[in-house]
Amino acid sequence: MTDASETAIIAPEKIEAPQRSNFSKGLRRLLRHPSGQVGGVVILFLVLCTIGGQAILPYDPLDIDPIKRLRPPSAEHWFGTDELGRDLFSRILYGSRYTLMIGLVSTSIAAAGGIVLGLLAGGGGKLADMVIMRFVDVLLAFPYILLLLAVIAILGPSLWTAMIAVGVGGIPGYARLVRGEVLALREAEYVEAMRALGGGHLRILFGTILPNILSPLVIFASFTIPLTVLAAAALSFLGLGAQPPLPEWGSMLVDARTFLRTAWWVVAAPGVAIFISILGMNLFGNALRDVLDPKGQR
Amino acid sequence: MEVLMGSYIIRRLLMMIPIIFGILLITFLIKALIPTDAVTALFSGTVTEDKAAEAIAQIRAKYDLDKPWYQQFVIYVGNVLQGDLGESIRTRQPVMDEIGYRYVNTLILTAAALFIAILVGLVTGIISAYYKDTWLDVTSMSVGMMGISMPAFFFGFVLIFIFSVQLRWLPVIGRGNFESLILPAVTLGFIEAAALSRITRSSMLDVLSREYIRAARAKGLSETFILFKHALPNALLSILTIIGLQIGNLLGGAFIIEVIFGWHGIGELAVKAIQWRDFTITQAVILISAGTYVLINLVVDVLYTWVDPRVRYD
Repeated sequence: MTDASETAIIAPEKIEAPQRSNFSKGLRRLLRHPSGQVGGVVILFLVLCTIGGQAILPYDPLDIDPIKRLRPPSAEHWFGTDELGRDLFSRILYGSRYTLMIGLVSTSIAAAGGIVLGLLAGGGGKLADMVIMRFVDVLLAFPYILLLLAVIAILGPSLWTAMIAVGVGGIPGYARLVRGEVLALREAEYVEAMRALGGGHLRILFGTILPNILSPLVIFASFTIPLTVLAAAALSFLGLGAQPPLPEWGSMLVDARTFLRTAWWVVAAPGVAIFISILGMNLFGNALRDVLDPKGQR
Repeated sequence: MEVLMGSYIIRRLLMMIPIIFGILLITFLIKALIPTDAVTALFSGTVTEDKAAEAIAQIRAKYDLDKPWYQQFVIYVGNVLQGDLGESIRTRQPVMDEIGYRYVNTLILTAAALFIAILVGLVTGIISAYYKDTWLDVTSMSVGMMGISMPAFFFGFVLIFIFSVQLRWLPVIGRGNFESLILPAVTLGFIEAAALSRITRSSMLDVLSREYIRAARAKGLSETFILFKHALPNALLSILTIIGLQIGNLLGGAFIIEVIFGWHGIGELAVKAIQWRDFTITQAVILISAGTYVLINLVVDVLYTWVDPRVRYD
């Protein structure tokens, strides 16, 4: 009882204070988490490489030098050179921007599409729910990579269509998650309260329910971002995503098999780069889940 | 019990109808939505414009491309129901001729990879759960973490480099024999085993913390008996669902693995077909794979009711 009367007289700015400290507490726990540290360093490195742009590169990533082709790693070329004499170290550093871009763009498409569909299915009445969820079920009936191939078959192969395809492929997962959360929250007291206050239908969905399902959304995204990056790299490797001479890591592996006997570094450089980036994202995601998911704290 | 199971299967089959209709609609759209179709691409630059226009019109009429889309869709569904998936625009041969043996190859690769994934994933997951927080668990989970972060195509190259280039034990490119199946199946199987191992571990840990396990221990049953007779069957329920979903990953993953190892499956064909803009082949491969996936999930669901009788009563 005393709790309730105390809350009632607390000024709004005082209510915000513990929230902020919750956030900084969470951030501190994230940074103290060992896998959060390792993952954070990897992601930070990708971001720095992207911001640094051409200025931090020892060579131009597109500069061809036929005399220096397929040189093994050395002091001059740390990761060696490829079949056209381009410096692999510069190409790898420059390629990190595509990895970040793919993760951001594809996940944004997937999350935006999934959130809209999920909110409408969960809160838009029976007919909307049935139509949307049948559509989602059909998309889920395709093995993931096949859905991507279908989109690319229609749009044609390029880096952008690969990002769109991976994004579209992610929509059903987000839609299902959001719908489930909406159904769980629809009868919550604060949602009832908003309804009693005369909040419009869409306003309740997007303004009241959506902010309250951000935590499961972030956790879900921490799973899916590495998967989207892997999928886009796989598409580029198949020649259906980023096209040469773009130094995108997946597309750098297109002719990899030819070089396995003679110049392993041409295969190893982009392969290890993808592996470490994904590993970093997965480790960071693990730490994030430990911090955000109350079950994980036990 | 039998009646319940029968009615469950019938309900489950009825639920498949809208899904199959949706799959047909989407695969139909692949062909309908492509901006530059293969017919135009076939003649561009090879003959004079007049001749090309005439030839294009002929081919369009032959493949019903001149009719409105809904009529084309009805014709498409009718043909698919009769087992006719069309002719390759490029080779003018029935698509089924090309797909038939490749489909079997893809199924062989997927099945072999599934076997490896289940074997490795279940064993390491159970060991990890049982020896939780020991070095065994930490090692197995770290390797698993690397496994889910490893791009399948790079892992494939690593295995080729070690076993084919350096040790020369196995062929780089296969022609369908058992030896050339080993590397692609191991590549695909290990990648999927990583995810399966983590899920097995967590569902085993969940079950091992239950009251009935404590009760079994209190009765003085042997640990092996508890692990395999009490814990595993209960954990298998959630593991089975995941395996069903993973078959989709395996089927899709096989597409990439086939390209790396030159395994002549439908995945390799689909990737080539997209590059050739031979939409009939792309369409057929996607239809067949989605259909296979839906059937497999049906089988898994029926298996599920057999393993867990509670599902039937829902």
